[in-house]
Amino acid sequence: MRIHNCEGASVTVGDKTIYMDNSATTPARKEVVEEMIPYLTENFGNPSSIYEIGKISKHAIDKARKKVANALGAEENEIYFTSGGTESDNWAIKGIAFANRNKGKHIITSSIEHHAVLHTCLWLEGQGFEVTYLPVDKYGMVTLEELKNAIRDDTILISIMLANNEIGTIQPVEEIGKIARENRIYFHTDAVQAIGHVPIDVKKMNIDLLSLSGHKFEGPKGCGALYIRKGVKIETLLHGGAQERKRRAGTENVPAIIGLGKAIELAAGEIGETDKNLLALRERLIEGLLKIPKTHLNGHPTQRLANNVNITFEYIEGESLLLLLNAKGIFASTGSACNSSSLEPSHVLMACGVPHEIVHGSLRLSLGRMNSEKDVDRVLEALPEIVQKLRNMSPLTPKEYRTI
Amino acid sequence: MDYSVKVMDHFSNPRNMGSIENCDGVGEVGNAKCGDIMKIFLKVEENRIVDVKFQTFGCGAAVASSSMATELIKGKTLEEAWKLSNKAVAEALDGLPPIKMHCSMLAEEAIHEAINDYLRKKGLEPWKD
Repeated sequence: MRIHNCEGASVTVGDKTIYMDNSATTPARKEVVEEMIPYLTENFGNPSSIYEIGKISKHAIDKARKKVANALGAEENEIYFTSGGTESDNWAIKGIAFANRNKGKHIITSSIEHHAVLHTCLWLEGQGFEVTYLPVDKYGMVTLEELKNAIRDDTILISIMLANNEIGTIQPVEEIGKIARENRIYFHTDAVQAIGHVPIDVKKMNIDLLSLSGHKFEGPKGCGALYIRKGVKIETLLHGGAQERKRRAGTENVPAIIGLGKAIELAAGEIGETDKNLLALRERLIEGLLKIPKTHLNGHPTQRLANNVNITFEYIEGESLLLLLNAKGIFASTGSACNSSSLEPSHVLMACGVPHEIVHGSLRLSLGRMNSEKDVDRVLEALPEIVQKLRNMSPLTPKEYRTI
Repeated sequence: MDYSVKVMDHFSNPRNMGSIENCDGVGEVGNAKCGDIMKIFLKVEENRIVDVKFQTFGCGAAVASSSMATELIKGKTLEEAWKLSNKAVAEALDGLPPIKMHCSMLAEEAIHEAINDYLRKKGLEPWKD
C-alpha cells in the first residue's frame, strides 16, 4: 500500500514513524537476517542434492525444524515447512477432510477464524462436506457448551484458532483439545498470531495440527509450518517431489526456513519478557483511548494477546482514520468495509455483535517489540484530534460531540 | 489505498465542510451499514447555488468526492449542478480507484437529492434523471 501524505510525498517507515500493525506483519530481526544471508549466497545448495553444499542446506533445515519443534513441545518429525499460514491452514483442513471422509463429512470451526480457514471450509462445503461455524460471545470467545453441542457422530475435525488476529481474543484451546480428544475428533488450531505471545505445548493442549507463519514473529515472509501429530491421517496438499518426508513437495525455501527457525527460537525464549513489556503498553494505550467519548474496546478485556488493541470510535469511518494517522506517521489497521477489497466489514467484529452502524469505526493497533512508551503517548496525543476532525465532518455526530 | 495527490489534498483539507442553517435544500444518501453517508446542504438564490456545504461519514474517497463535488457546483445554476456526473467528479480528482467509484456516485446522488428537496419545498415537481 503506497500512501501519499498531504504534500504528495511517499511516506516510508523511519525514525519519525510509529509502526503499530504488528499483527499484519513484523520486520525480520537482525539476528534472523544474519543467519539467513549465507543461505542466499554461498550456501545456496538444494537440500535434495547429495554434494557438500546440498548437505549444508539439509542440515540447516533440520536444525530449524528442531527449533520449531522445541517451541511447540513437538517432535522434529512432526514439523513440516510450508509457504506460510494460509498454506498450513489449507493443508490441515483439506488434508484432514479428504483423508477421513470415509469416517464423516462434518467439520466444526468458529465464525471468527481467519479467511484462510473460513474460505477453505466454504470451499469444502461445495465438495460435499458440512461445516458448523460456532458463534462467539461479545468478547469473541467460543463457548465449550456450544462446541460440545455441535459435535456429531460424523464430525472429523475441529478447527479453532488459538488467538484472533483482529481482536486478540485467546480461546480456551486446552479445553477444546480435551473435548476433541475425548470424542476422537482431530483438532487443528491456527496459532499464527499466538507464537511469541502464548506459551504452547501441543501435547498438553491436545493439539493434533497447528499452523504458524514466520513473518508474524519477526521472521521472513513466505515461510510457515504445519505441526502434524505423529499418526494423524492427512492427505497431501502439494504433490511433486519427495521433500518434507514426501508430504509437502517443492524445493525448500532454505533461507526463509533458517530465518523462521531463528525467529521462533528467539520469540519463544523471550515470551515472558516480551509480553510483560507489551502488556504495560497495551493497558496504557487502552486506558488512554477509552478517555475519548463514545469509544469502545473490542475483544476480551483480559483473555487477549498482549500486543492487541482494538477500539471502535462511534460516528467515524476507519479508512479515513488510517489516512489521517498515516499523515502523522502512525501505521495501523481497521475493520471497516471501505478499507477492504471486498467492501465487507470485519466478519470478526460482526460475529461479536458490534452493530453494523459502528463496525466501520474500528481501529486495530498491534504492538511489537519496537514500540516504546513514547510511541504509545504519541498515538494518544494524535488520536483525539483526528477522531474529533472526523466527527466534525460526519453527519452522524450528535451536536454535543462536535467542536464546530 | 492508492489515491491521487488531489484526492489526498481534498481529503486532508476538505472544501465546504460543515452545514448551513436554514438551508434551502438538503440531500442525504447512503447508509451507515455500508459505511458511507453523504449530506449536502444548498443555499439557492435566483436559481443559482450561492452556497453549499457537506458532511460525510466515509472513506478518503467519499470525503474527497464530497469536497470536489461542492467545489464544482458552487455558483452554478440548478440545471448545471444537476448535470454534474460522478465521472466528472472522479476526473476532477485525477481519478479514483475502481473499487471507490461508488463514492463519486454518492456525490452525484446527494446533489440530486438536495436539488429535489429544494424544488419540493418550493412546491415544484422534482426532477428525474
